Amino acid sequence: MNAFSLSRIGAKLRGGLVSPLALRRMGVLGMNARNVNYIARYNERRLYPVVDDKLNTKRAARRAGIAVPELIAAFETQPSRSRVMEVIEPLWKFVIKPARGSGGKGILVVVGRNGPNYVKPSGAEVTAMDILRHVSNIHSGLYSLGGKPDRVMIEALVDFDPVFDNYSFEGVPDIRVIVFRGFPVMAMLRCSTHSSDGKANLHQGAVGVGIDLASGKSCHAVQNGLRINRHPDTEMPFDKLQVPGWRDLLRLAASCYEMTGLGYLGCDIVLDRRRGPLLLEANARPGLAIQIANGVGLRSRLRLIEKMDIEDLERNVEERVAYSVQQFSAAES
Amino acid sequence: MSPRAQVYILAVLFALMGAGLTIYKNRELGFPLLPGEYRTVWTIEAKVRFNADGGPAKASLTLPREQRNMEVLGETFSSSGFGFNIIRADDEYRAVWSRREASGSQSLFYQLDVHQTPGAPLEQPLDLSTEVDKPFLGAREQEAVRQAIYSMVESAHERSSDTKTFTTQLLTALGDTRNQDRNLIFGYYKDRSLVDVALLMLSAAEIPAHRIRGLYLEDDRRRLDPEDLLEVYDGKRWVVFEPRTGSPGVPRNFFIWQRGGKSLLDVEGGSDSRVTFSVIANDVPARDVAMLSTSNEKEALVDFSIYSLPIEQQSIFKLILLVPVGALVVVLLRVFVGIRTSGTFMPVLLAIAFIETRLLTGLAIFVLILVLGLWVRFYLSRLNLLLVARIAAVVVTVVILMAAISVVSYKLGIEQALTVTFFPMIILAWTIERMSIVWEEDGPYEVVVQSGGSLLVAVLAYWVMTNSYIEHWTFNFPELLLALLGFILIVGNYTGYRLGELMRFRQLVR
Repeated sequence: MNAFSLSRIGAKLRGGLVSPLALRRMGVLGMNARNVNYIARYNERRLYPVVDDKLNTKRAARRAGIAVPELIAAFETQPSRSRVMEVIEPLWKFVIKPARGSGGKGILVVVGRNGPNYVKPSGAEVTAMDILRHVSNIHSGLYSLGGKPDRVMIEALVDFDPVFDNYSFEGVPDIRVIVFRGFPVMAMLRCSTHSSDGKANLHQGAVGVGIDLASGKSCHAVQNGLRINRHPDTEMPFDKLQVPGWRDLLRLAASCYEMTGLGYLGCDIVLDRRRGPLLLEANARPGLAIQIANGVGLRSRLRLIEKMDIEDLERNVEERVAYSVQQFSAAES
Repeated sequence: MSPRAQVYILAVLFALMGAGLTIYKNRELGFPLLPGEYRTVWTIEAKVRFNADGGPAKASLTLPREQRNMEVLGETFSSSGFGFNIIRADDEYRAVWSRREASGSQSLFYQLDVHQTPGAPLEQPLDLSTEVDKPFLGAREQEAVRQAIYSMVESAHERSSDTKTFTTQLLTALGDTRNQDRNLIFGYYKDRSLVDVALLMLSAAEIPAHRIRGLYLEDDRRRLDPEDLLEVYDGKRWVVFEPRTGSPGVPRNFFIWQRGGKSLLDVEGGSDSRVTFSVIANDVPARDVAMLSTSNEKEALVDFSIYSLPIEQQSIFKLILLVPVGALVVVLLRVFVGIRTSGTFMPVLLAIAFIETRLLTGLAIFVLILVLGLWVRFYLSRLNLLLVARIAAVVVTVVILMAAISVVSYKLGIEQALTVTFFPMIILAWTIERMSIVWEEDGPYEVVVQSGGSLLVAVLAYWVMTNSYIEHWTFNFPELLLALLGFILIVGNYTGYRLGELMRFRQLVR
C-alpha cells in the first residue's frame, strides 16, 4: 500500500516554487493552457465518446486497422453470475476493465490460477466472488465519470514483450505518446515500481522515462519529480533502454489521429511479444506529467505544429512520423 | 468573432450591467454600499389637546404635505374612541377625528417618520394664490402706526433692488430693536408674532406672501410649538425667508408642516385646543430606510426583486445568493492554485453547512462523520452489495450517525452539535463512497490530500461567504452577480500556470 508519509509532503514542500516566467521560458504547458488552448480548441466534444468508451475505441481501431488487445467478451448489461463464469472459466490470463473508467481505475488483471482462486500480478489472490463483485461494481458505474452505468469488457492479457521486464516492478510498462494534429510530439514510458504498487501513474510513484522521438531510446527518467538513472527496484540503468520497433509504434500513434479525429490526443501503447505495438486506449485529456518525464516543455513543439500551413497538415501518417522524428529528437530540443 | 473575444465582450457587458444597477440602487434608491450605514429617521409626533364640551366633537389637523427633501416613511394615528379619516380639501390633507359625545380633556396623536434626503425642499412653481389683501389701515389703526409701517416699507424699498432684497431689508429692520418705527409697530401689535407683522407689512407693500408652518428637527425636543417661515412671491417664483435672520431659503433641518394654509388645527365642540409637537431622532439602518421609501414608490427594480418575497423566503435567498460566491472561491482555487477536491462543488455545500453550524463545530462533525462513515463503508464493501444499495446503506448510516451525534451531544450539553442536521446527507454519503474508493485505488495519502483540499476550500469559502461585506453586497445588490458572472467568464479564459504547477514542474527549470 502506498503509505501516507510525511516525508513525501516534506520533500514536495522543500523544493519550493519556481517563477512562472522560468516555466514559460522552458515552454512548459500548464493545465489551464492545455484545457483552453488545446483541448477546447482541437478536440470536438462529439468525438469524445470514441475515446472515453474503450469498447468504442476498440471498434474504431479495428475499422482503422490499428492493432489492439483481443477483446474476449463485453457485457452491455448486468451479466448473470453464470454468464461471467462461463466467460472466465476457460481463461488463464485476462483483464477486466470498465469501458468508461478514468485514470486506470477499476482494472483487474489476472495472471494465473491457483486452485479456485485467481492470481493478481502482485501475487495476491482473489476469489471468483471478488471477480463477480468487481464486475457488478463496474456495471453500477463505480469507476465511470459521474457514476453512470458502465459496460464491462474482458480482454486477453497482452503477451508483453520482455524487453521491459527489467524496467518494471510487478506491472507492465506502457508507452504514452502525445499526438498533436496527427504528429507525435512527445513520448514516455511509464514503469511501475514497488512504491507505486504496480500502478503506472507518475504521481503515485511510478517512474516516467522520457523517450527520444527520433531513436526510441531513453533520454531522461524521473520518479517522484526527481531525476534518476536506474530503476529503483531492479537497478537497471535507463540509458540502455531502447524501445524495439519504434517507428511502427509512432506510426500506430500517429494513425490514431485519423481514427479519432481528435487534435490533441494521448495514446497508451503496449508492446506485444508477437504482434508488436497495440493500442491500449486513447485519451482526449492526456496529462502533463510527460513533460516532467522528458525534462522538456510541450509548448514549443505544439507551437511549431500550430504554425504549419494547411497543406502541411494534410500529410499522411508516414510523412508526419518522419517530420516528428526529424524535428523532435532529444538532441535538438 | 473568436470565442475569446465573445467572452471578453460578454464579461464586460455583464460587469457594466452589474455595476450600473448597483450604482443606480446606491445613488438613486439610497441602498448603502457598506454594511452598518445608518440614516437618521425623525419621528415627529403631533399631540392635539382640547377640552371637549360634552357634545359632538370634531378636530381636524392639517397634515404635512410632501416636502421634496423629506421622505415620509410611515405615519400612524391614534384616535381612541374617535372616528378617524383623512380628507383632502383645498390642496391640503387634513386628519379629522370625530365623536358624537366627548367631554373632558382629550388627547389625539399623529405620528410620522421622515427621513431627510438631498435635494431642493420645495416644488416650483407652486399653485398658490398670489392675491394680496391690502390691509385696511384706517380708522382702527392709529395714524402713527400706519405712518411707521409705510415709512419702514419705504426705507426698505429704497435700500433694495427687487422683492428678494426688499424682504431681507424689511426683516432685518423688523429685527432691529433700535428702530423706532419697529418698536412702535410692535408696541401696537403686542399679541402678534414677527411673522404676522411681516405679513402685514408685505401686504402693505403689495407683495404676495404667506406663512409656512413647520418644525426644526432637533433631537429630543418635546412640547414644541410650530415655527413660522415666510414665503414671498417675487413675481416669478416663491422664495422662503427665515424671519429672524431675513435670509432666503428653507433652513436645513426645517420640516414643513403647512404651506400657505389657513389654520393648523380646527376644533369644533371643544375649547382650549392646542397642538404641540415632539421630535426624536432614531438611527435606522440605511437599507431599511431605502426599503421603506422604495416600497412606497413601487420602484420596479425593488418591486420585482427578491425583496418582494416573504421574509422567510428572503432569508433563504440570503443563503442561496452566497452560493455563487462560494463557487467563485472554488473556481479561483482550482484555476489559480490547483487544489484537488473531492467533488467540484462539494466544498461549497460544506461551506453552507458551516455557516449554519459555525466553523469549528462543523469541521468536527464533518471529520467525525467522514471517519465513521468510511469505517462502516469498509465493512459494507466486503458484503458484495450492488453499488446503489451500498450507497443507500451509507446514506442510512450517515443519518443514523447524525441522529446519534445530535442525541449524544445534547445529553452531554453540547447544543452546538445539534446543527448537524444542516449537513447535506446525500452529499456526505457520496463523499464517503468516493473517498473509500480513492483509499482503495490510490491509498490513504490521496484521501488525506483530497479531503484536506476539500476542507481547505470549504473553510476559505466559508470565510468569504460569512464576510459581512460579501453578505451585505450579495443580498442588497444581487445585480453584482452579473459582475461576478463576468469575472468567472474571464477566469475561465486564464491560460497561465497554476500555483501548484510552479511546484510540480520545478524540476524542468533546473
